Amino acid sequence: MEIRRGIAVSPGVAIGPALVFGSEGFRIPQKLVAVDIVESEIHRFHGALAASVKEIGLHEELASARLGKQYGAIFAAHRQLAQDPKLSGEIELLIRENFYTPEYASSKVLRQHARTLQGLGDRYFAERANDLFDLEKRILRHLLGERREELTQLTSPVIVLAHNLTPSETANLDKQFVLGFSTEVGGKSSHTAILAGALGLPAVVGVGSFLSDVSGGDTIIIDGHDGLVIIDPDEDTLQRYKVAQFRQSSTAIRLKSLGPLKAETRDGVEVKLFGNIEFPSEVEHCVQCGAAGIGLYRTEFLYLEGGLEPTEEQHYEAYTRVLRNFPGCPVVIRTLDLGAEKFPQSMQQVIEASPNPTLGLRSLRLTLQNLPMFKKQLRAILRAAAVGDVRVMFPLVSTLLELRQAKWILADVGEDLQEEGIEHNPRLKVGMMVEVPSAAILAEEFSREVDFFSIGTNDLIQYTLAVDRANPAVSHLYSSADPSVCRLIRLVVSAAARQNVSVSVCGQMSSDPLFTALLVGMGLRELSVSPNAILEVKQAIRSMTIGQAKEIASRSEMFDVARDLESYLRGELSKFSPELVD
Amino acid sequence: MNEKQTYSKDVVVELKNGLHLSPSVQIVQTAQGFRAKLAIHKGDRVVDGKSMLDLMTLAAEHGTRLRLEATGDDAQAALDAIGALFDRNFVIDGVSADRVLVD
Repeated sequence: MEIRRGIAVSPGVAIGPALVFGSEGFRIPQKLVAVDIVESEIHRFHGALAASVKEIGLHEELASARLGKQYGAIFAAHRQLAQDPKLSGEIELLIRENFYTPEYASSKVLRQHARTLQGLGDRYFAERANDLFDLEKRILRHLLGERREELTQLTSPVIVLAHNLTPSETANLDKQFVLGFSTEVGGKSSHTAILAGALGLPAVVGVGSFLSDVSGGDTIIIDGHDGLVIIDPDEDTLQRYKVAQFRQSSTAIRLKSLGPLKAETRDGVEVKLFGNIEFPSEVEHCVQCGAAGIGLYRTEFLYLEGGLEPTEEQHYEAYTRVLRNFPGCPVVIRTLDLGAEKFPQSMQQVIEASPNPTLGLRSLRLTLQNLPMFKKQLRAILRAAAVGDVRVMFPLVSTLLELRQAKWILADVGEDLQEEGIEHNPRLKVGMMVEVPSAAILAEEFSREVDFFSIGTNDLIQYTLAVDRANPAVSHLYSSADPSVCRLIRLVVSAAARQNVSVSVCGQMSSDPLFTALLVGMGLRELSVSPNAILEVKQAIRSMTIGQAKEIASRSEMFDVARDLESYLRGELSKFSPELVD
Repeated sequence: MNEKQTYSKDVVVELKNGLHLSPSVQIVQTAQGFRAKLAIHKGDRVVDGKSMLDLMTLAAEHGTRLRLEATGDDAQAALDAIGALFDRNFVIDGVSADRVLVD
């Protein structure tokens, strides 16, 4: 038995056999293939080779155009090498005669030649071995990449273990067979982590290097609560987790029955519960849980997915898909909320990276400096608003001038559409995220210029306490229960109430039932939570009265330390909804 | 013309870093433009002039004497074309192949 600790990003327990994906170091999963699939394996090899050749061709064109033919020649050489029938012949022979997997055969042949070069004694030629290693990596990436597609074609339940999963790989995990997953890299706010929560799959990320200790088929326990990955557990541990799993599934069944029920307190006060989504496909889950709409539609995936800036049509298509899946319900689309450093390499030239990313050029600041990109997204949002109840929300607003500028650009884009005779809705509601302390402090002023607020607690906590929670050395300072954060939320809620501006809380604080009574008691009647938390939060709302909530909120003001407030809230939650206390 | 006609030519690698990637690409690409087979002899070793893998592993350093041997109906033309690469020391667009890919 071996226990590895990582970052818990999606709760729950999963137990099952390991399915290991090759890491960036390209651990070759299997050496031999069954005799009867040799031909299909050879076919797979040629597919990967062709994909490699095509990819090298693209690099070649780019390098030739940008740097000159002589540099393109590096890739021309790689391409010639990949296309050399001698090389593919040698690899094919090993697959056919020795029943090697394409991965193993490719690696063996290329490494053998590389060793020959290294053994020549001439420094220059020895270095050429790197060109062969490069080709080896490329072919392996295409072979293993192909293998990754099998993620959508699983036939038995597995725990997926990988160096990394891209957001689209995560989104495509077949929930019928994937019980949970764990990755070597990644953090709490990575898109993969957010998505795991949305899918309701227990997940642990950022475990560090561990794939080499696991063989395919080993029994794995993912403890998504404590952030543990247990490899080959002993009998006691296994039993303990099976019990926990049973308890978890009976709670899940009970919660499921809440789907069609309203989110209202025992004394009949309704709290509107919205879903936070990243992908249009997550809407279905929100509908099943009885969400009142989408309170936060993050659009970053559109920019991260293809590595290229999305076209207006791609934006429009994604937005209207959400509307189609959730007819008649409000959908709040947040404009691009990315830091310059998160941009794919291919888009880096338009964005200037900054040395202090969290305080630098990101989010609204970034879009205000890249108007063509910003306008493209706003056009699509305005057009989608003609199809359904779309609202637009600007992230990371820090000053009123920024907000005015963003609104001015929105109006400008609306005028363009008007002139072009394109259908759109210029009267869509305009809101902002309150996630910078300055915006919370000036909530009164901001409330006169927006239709709604959404309090983004993740960033608000980070900026208020000046703490990066991904940094283990200081992450203990990060807490939703910090009195400073609670006071800022109160400020925003009361300012919004005075101006009759609607206000909701998105961010992880609203997804944790521990804080539901506090937030409702402070006066919030709209919460936007991750899809997998909708039912739990609904359960919390349905088990309290508004009087209890107000009492809890008022008592909470007496605490001056996050830890004390948190334990008080835990005590209260255990009184009215003990099954939600973990 | 005799299809089995073989023409040969001796050349010396003048490139400071030997027959590295860029010149090898030029040889392979040029040779592939002809039907004739191109054998390159380095001492007792013979490699296929149309194979990048062969040329890379040939490791012909500066000063190496090579014998080019073309066989086939356009052998003479193939040999002339490859020979010309060596004659102009693989310079493309006025830039020596040695200038690049050295590091």
